[in-house]
Amino acid sequence: MNIFAHPRAKWVGFALIAIALIGLPFALASAGTAWVRIANLAILFTFLSLGLNIVVGFAGLLDLGYIAFYGVGAYVYALLASPHFDLHLPFWVILPIGALVACLFGVLLGAPTLKLRGDYLAIVTLGFGEIVRIFLNNLSQPINITNGPQGISRIDPFSFGSFSFSQNEIILGIDFSGPIKYYYILLVILLLAIVVNLRLQHSRIGRAWEAIREDETAARAMGIDTTRIKLLAFAMGASFGGVAGGMFAAIQGFISPESFVLVESIMVLSMVVLGGMGNVWGVVLGAVLLSFVPELLRYTVEPLQKSLFGRSIIEPEVIRMLLFGLALVLMMLYRPAGLLPSAIRKRELAKTDK
Amino acid sequence: MSDRQEQGAGAPPGPDATELDRRRTPTAQMQEPGQRIGGGALLECTELDKRFGGVLALAEVGFTINRGEIYGLIGPNGAGKTTLFNTLTGIYPCDTGGFRFDGEPLAGLRPDQIAARGIARTFQNIRLFGNLSALDNVMIGRHVRTRAGVFGAILRTRATLEEEAAIEKRALELLGYVGIAARANDVARQLPYGDQRRLEIARALATEPKMLALDEPAAGMNATETLELRKLLERIRADGTTILLIEHDMKLVMGLCDRVLVLDYGRRIAEGPPREVQRDPRVIEAYLGGAVADGAVTP
Repeated sequence: MNIFAHPRAKWVGFALIAIALIGLPFALASAGTAWVRIANLAILFTFLSLGLNIVVGFAGLLDLGYIAFYGVGAYVYALLASPHFDLHLPFWVILPIGALVACLFGVLLGAPTLKLRGDYLAIVTLGFGEIVRIFLNNLSQPINITNGPQGISRIDPFSFGSFSFSQNEIILGIDFSGPIKYYYILLVILLLAIVVNLRLQHSRIGRAWEAIREDETAARAMGIDTTRIKLLAFAMGASFGGVAGGMFAAIQGFISPESFVLVESIMVLSMVVLGGMGNVWGVVLGAVLLSFVPELLRYTVEPLQKSLFGRSIIEPEVIRMLLFGLALVLMMLYRPAGLLPSAIRKRELAKTDK
Repeated sequence: MSDRQEQGAGAPPGPDATELDRRRTPTAQMQEPGQRIGGGALLECTELDKRFGGVLALAEVGFTINRGEIYGLIGPNGAGKTTLFNTLTGIYPCDTGGFRFDGEPLAGLRPDQIAARGIARTFQNIRLFGNLSALDNVMIGRHVRTRAGVFGAILRTRATLEEEAAIEKRALELLGYVGIAARANDVARQLPYGDQRRLEIARALATEPKMLALDEPAAGMNATETLELRKLLERIRADGTTILLIEHDMKLVMGLCDRVLVLDYGRRIAEGPPREVQRDPRVIEAYLGGAVADGAVTP
């Protein structure tokens, strides 16, 4: 008998995954707190990828400036919870504000670009991402808003009253370090994001996105207001970016425009594409892989070279990019629709093979 | 009472077979049987011009389609039939003149607004959402008559779930109506050609149109399929939906249409019942050339 077919197998599976996710930070902490921080960033990037997946995966709009919304969210958080303006709002107030402001930027970008398709849209979004970064870099004069390239530091961590997420605490005899506490709250927010993504996909709006991606003209003729529905995708994706940015600012305690460069946009897009555009679980897998593997390399490649050659010949950063390029080429050859492709993408790509 | 409200209320289908049949139909509730034929003008088109650069694709085309009619649009290749279709459905803006549909002017509206006002179309080269299932295609057609938004979808409110169930139920009914219920879960692109045409009609019917505009629905069909298509179109009309039909299959057009408009080089050259149009020397000339036309009209 196939044990996976057993009705309880699903629940046992869920329970095992839940236990693994709950235990994970302690396992990682035993290898060093740095790994917990890496896990937190991985969750953050998964969240970000899920947001981009709405735009790219569901609605089929290629956005190369997505990191701009992340930046907007991060700066909203930083400005409202740091000594910079001496504002210290609680995080559960700022995150929704961040989502709203990013959403507004999403609409701002979307409205003039929605007539564009494919490559042209990609170019405009790329430009938009750069514009936001340059603004962040230069909005220190005449009024100092963003503090320019120095960035904003001493950003408040998440806290509920006196319970701060940045400090060590011993609860029930277990030592919870700051990153471990963050891990749990990030995990909860990520699970919510996954639910939102899945529900959107299987809704009237999700179907309208699919229709637009498949054939925009036919979608319009069937009564879908494509402008509105595409704008909705931009706005939803941007809100996700805004929330992720807020969390990023809180965890790091310091942000500067350097964190929101084009390479980051490409990284998030790679996560979506590697995992499988349009498939929520694929995107999660892609984001986790691309967050962890480079870090693993960082910790293994240099010691390995030292033991083999006695010194470091190739910088880990270089190897990382080399392997990254190789992975992309292999992907295009063997799994063009992603590691866990959505059924629809698979069909799309199968068509071109014939 | 509109179909949507009825769906929303979740009323169970009546036990009576004829009643069931009526309910399944696209717009049966919209019009009384007496209104079906000769119920006045549904679409009025006046002095329509459409230019592409120096080419006058449509020149002062005017016609009226009555409620409950099957109105044919024929003409040689390049006569401007599809251009007229695209102008009517908002894909091209018209230069001068315009349409009044159900008493409302349509000029300057976007395709989705026109669909919302009750004109649904199919395409000459089938444009289904190829990678989606047949059912999903029809469900997308329900978009314009439903309203669940982002928050409803995220929160899965009761209203959203009910609407979603109604959308699926209606889509399945429509697949049955056009005769491809068994194909609901098949990928649209992999359906046989005739079924793809039917699916496109089902998707158009899902928008609850007052008028269904079909661009060469019989193209590429064999005789049996064409006959089935004809039965389907007659049934759609009997159920109260007006039909505008572009078609090259003359047997189908002549047997099915109440009136026919003939276009040639973007101009209206004849209009009337098929029998009369068939004998019109200008029509024969347009189709067969001048010399033949002279011979053809003389017995």
